[in-house]
Parts: sequence; structure tokens; C-alpha cells
Amino acid sequence: MHPTLSVIAFTTLAGTGYGLWFLTGLRLLTVTQVDLAGGRAGLLAMLLAGAVLTTAGLLASLAHLGQPQRAWRALSQWRSSWLSREGIAALACFPFALAAGWLVWTGTGSMAALHAGGAVLAALALITVYCTARIYTTLRTIRAWHNRYVLPGYLLLGLHGGTLCAWLLAATGLDMGLGTRALAALVVLTGTAVPLFKHAYWRFLDGGRHPASPESATGLGRHGRVRAFEAPHTEANFVTREMGFVLARRHAARLRHAVLVLGGGVPLLAALTGLAAPALALPAAGVATFSGLVGIFVERWLLFAEARHAVMLYYGAARA
Amino acid sequence: MVQTMTDLPARTSRRLGLVIDLDTCVGCQACAVACKQWNEAGAFGPLPDDDAYGREPLGVWFNRVHSYEIEPDPGAPEGTRHGMTVHFPRSCLHCEDAACVTVCPTGASYKRAEDGIVLVDADKCIGCKLCSWACPYGAREYGETRGVMQKCTLCVDRIYDEGLAPDERQPACVLACPSRARHFGDLGDPHSTVSRLVAERDGYDLMPELGYRPTNKYLPPRPRRAGGGCASATSDGETLRADDLPPLLRWMDRLLSR
Repeated sequence: MHPTLSVIAFTTLAGTGYGLWFLTGLRLLTVTQVDLAGGRAGLLAMLLAGAVLTTAGLLASLAHLGQPQRAWRALSQWRSSWLSREGIAALACFPFALAAGWLVWTGTGSMAALHAGGAVLAALALITVYCTARIYTTLRTIRAWHNRYVLPGYLLLGLHGGTLCAWLLAATGLDMGLGTRALAALVVLTGTAVPLFKHAYWRFLDGGRHPASPESATGLGRHGRVRAFEAPHTEANFVTREMGFVLARRHAARLRHAVLVLGGGVPLLAALTGLAAPALALPAAGVATFSGLVGIFVERWLLFAEARHAVMLYYGAARA
Repeated sequence: MVQTMTDLPARTSRRLGLVIDLDTCVGCQACAVACKQWNEAGAFGPLPDDDAYGREPLGVWFNRVHSYEIEPDPGAPEGTRHGMTVHFPRSCLHCEDAACVTVCPTGASYKRAEDGIVLVDADKCIGCKLCSWACPYGAREYGETRGVMQKCTLCVDRIYDEGLAPDERQPACVLACPSRARHFGDLGDPHSTVSRLVAERDGYDLMPELGYRPTNKYLPPRPRRAGGGCASATSDGETLRADDLPPLLRWMDRLLSR
């Protein structure tokens, strides 16, 4: 699949932003008046950083559309379309984040309202990333996406990115009541889980093929082995450009290493450094967040670029 | 009927579609050209080309005619072990379980309850291309110039047009085909001509394992006559089918072959 920059930017930025909002929502569940007195700036920074990341992601996704001025129409088909559900959940987070921010800012409202707002924000952020993943996992045409690894992968990478950003905010000295050490410990967990998980996904990806074949695509398997003899057109068309991207598979091994090292290894080592030497927490968190987000970006790029689409069986692909 | 959601209709009263005969298709591209020509001026707006006369022309076509080479199974019985090439027109199959419709976030894609035709409303489409990812048959193409997805309409603006003579109320590709390899009709009616063709000729679905239940069917190529047994070569490489000769000439061939 052609890795369109706008879609990759969307899933990287918005995934991280909703991951951060998820953590913020969880934090707000147990927040007290005393926490607010000391940690107002930290909580507002988390909410704001989440808003910046998710807004940037959503704006990037508009760049993918042929008719972006009609994007509002995408909110209408919640009954059948995961893309529509994603859009609704993504936007529904904003009023709750705004309300939570207002309650944190004034510090006068009831804590019960803030707890409820936090619960809804965490739930909606989780639902948004869940819907994003379901857009991909429902496509039976693409084996790299239609499998049981992709959904947990989206959730894990969203949590990883969100945790890295929260750790960076905490390391700058902002107190959001989560603790720099606790967040660094969470980065150790996600930084370990991401490479293990991606390794398992790639084993799955390399270990099988799509159920369709050139024989089933043409129905000519009863006569023998089918090979493309002449293409219908001499130039590329939309289908071959969009679904027939081969560059990544040629460089897959290197790019996969980049994901493992930048996405998982560097944040893991940085978090361990931050835990061992608290004085180094800020530079460690800075390096970890930058490296982690680059790693997530490469992972998202590969998730597209390595994916084979069944339609290419018509264009001479021996497998899908 | 106005569709408000990209849900699929529970059932369609008719299932209009095409039956494509791979035995008689000669790969002449007439269907593709006739389709392009009709739809360029059709009710759904133009099928624009980008850089049409430049170095890298790119444009939307609803029909694409491939050619495949079939390498016979080495284990096949003697006499059937011969390769062949097959011309293969590919277009929208108007699936019963059309994933391109259900993934659409805007309601621009819909399947008509009255005849099963899958259409795109170009005024609602936002050009997100997700429907093209959902289709294994490559039926949907993105029109760069218009910023929307475009696809075969089964010539819905021809087949119901009472201004046309009844014989002409058929998709442009069907009318243009010089070898009658394309047939149009109601595949939901077991007594229709197309349904009988499918039953007689063992018509099949493309990629049935994916479960999209295409409406269009393909008819397999008939077994090709092989060399061995029924034809013999003359000294300069020509072949003669003695069995096809009239009795007198067959007797003469036998006599002279002694």
C-alpha cells in the first residue's frame, strides 16, 4: 500500500495525542482539591499537549482527502463505517477535554464532575484509537492489516507515545501527580512491549500469505498456473500506484530494525537512565520522546508500505 | 429510494450484472473504450484524464482488459496438457456484500435496493479512497481532477432510458463487444438468459474465498483443441484436421498418406 504522508502523520500524531488524553483522563479519575492546588499547571499542560497533537493529526488527515471541505459528511455513517465512528469519537473528546481543562483551571467545581469528565475522556480516547485500528482490521483485502495483531498494536503504540509525552512533561518539572519515576517505569514497560510485539507481528506477516491467489482472482486455476501475460495499460493507474507499492519490502529488514531501536530500544534505555540518575531525567525523556515518535512514525509507514493488497494479483503479483 | 446510510440493503429485488465469457473474449479493448466514451459524457460526470497527451497519462477507466498465460498442470492427463492465453476484462462486480459501501464514511457509496447496482454520489464523496482499499477487484479509481472516487455504474443512465430503443438499453461495454463475450441481465432471476448461461457454462465468482459475493459471473474458457490425435503436420509445418474434411477428401487423404 502506498504510504501517504498525511495518513501516517495522522496516526502517529493523533495516536500519541489520544494516548496522552487517555493517561490524563485516568489521572483525573482520582484527582483531589489538594492535587489541583499544586498540580494545576501539569494537568493543563497534559490536556493542552493532547489537544495540540490530536488537532495536528486531524488536520493532517484532511490533507488526504480529495474534497476536504466536505469532511463533515464523514460523521454521518456511524452505523456501518469505522472511519465515520472514528471521526465522531475523535471530535467527541474535545468538549470533555475542554470541560476538564476549565474545571482544573478554575479549581472550584466539584471533584465528582472532574472525575466523571476524566473517565469519559479516557474512554473516548481509547474508543477513538480502537476505531482507527478497526478501519484497518476490517479490510479483508490486506492480510497485513486483517489480523489479530493490528488492533492491540494501535492501542500499544498510542499508549507508548502518550506515556513518552507525559514523561517528558513531568521531567520538565511540571507536577501532574503522576510522578516522573512512575512515568519512566511505564516507559520501561511500553518500550519493552513494543519491540516484542512488533517482532511477533512480523513473524506472522512473514509466515503466511493472503488466501487469494492469481488462480482464484481470475478463476482460471482449474486450467493450470496463472501468470500475467499483458497488462491492460502501459502506464501506471490509480490502482497500481495506490496498492502496488514495493519499495518498503526491498528495505524491510533495515526499516524494521529502525522501528525496534528508535521506537523501543532507545526509549527503554533512556527510561532506565532516568530511573537510575534522576538528574538526567529531562535529557533522557527528551531523547526518548523524540526517538520514540520517530520510531512510531517509521512503524506506521511500514504498516502501510509492507502491506500487500489482493488487487495486485491481477497485475502480476504471485501472492498477496 | 433515498439511501441515508451506507448499510447494505437486506436484499435487492433484482440483481443486475454482467456475465463475461472468457472463452470468446478476444481482448480487443472495445468494451473499455466504449465504456470510457459513454461515461465521459454520462450522468455521473466526466472521467477526466491527467496529462492525457503527456509523458505519464493517467486517467479513470471502469474497464481494464488483462491477459493471462496459463501454464498447464504437469500432472494433467495427456491431451489436456497445453498452455493458453486468456483475455480477462475486469470491472466492478456489484457485490452482494460490498465492503466498499459499508466502509464509506459519508454515505456517498451505496447499493441500490431495487437492482443491486453499486454507485458513488460524486457530490457527497470526500475522496478518502478507503473504498478502493476495501475492494479486492480494483473496481474503484480515484479521479485526481475531480477529487472523488469513480466506478462502473452498469450504465444505469442507459439501461433505464426509455428514449433508447429497447435493444440499446444495455451497458455500453455489452453493446460494443464484437464477440458477444459480455452479457447483461438479472442474475437474481434463475430463468433469465444470463442465469441460464451461468448454469450451463459453469460460471463462477472471482475470489470467492473473500466472501464479497460478486453479482457478475465469469464463464471459463472451453477446453482448447490440442494437437495430438486429431491433427497431423505436413512437411512445411501446416496442420491438417482430417476429421473435419468431407468423407471423399478424408478418403483421399487416407489413400495418399499410405
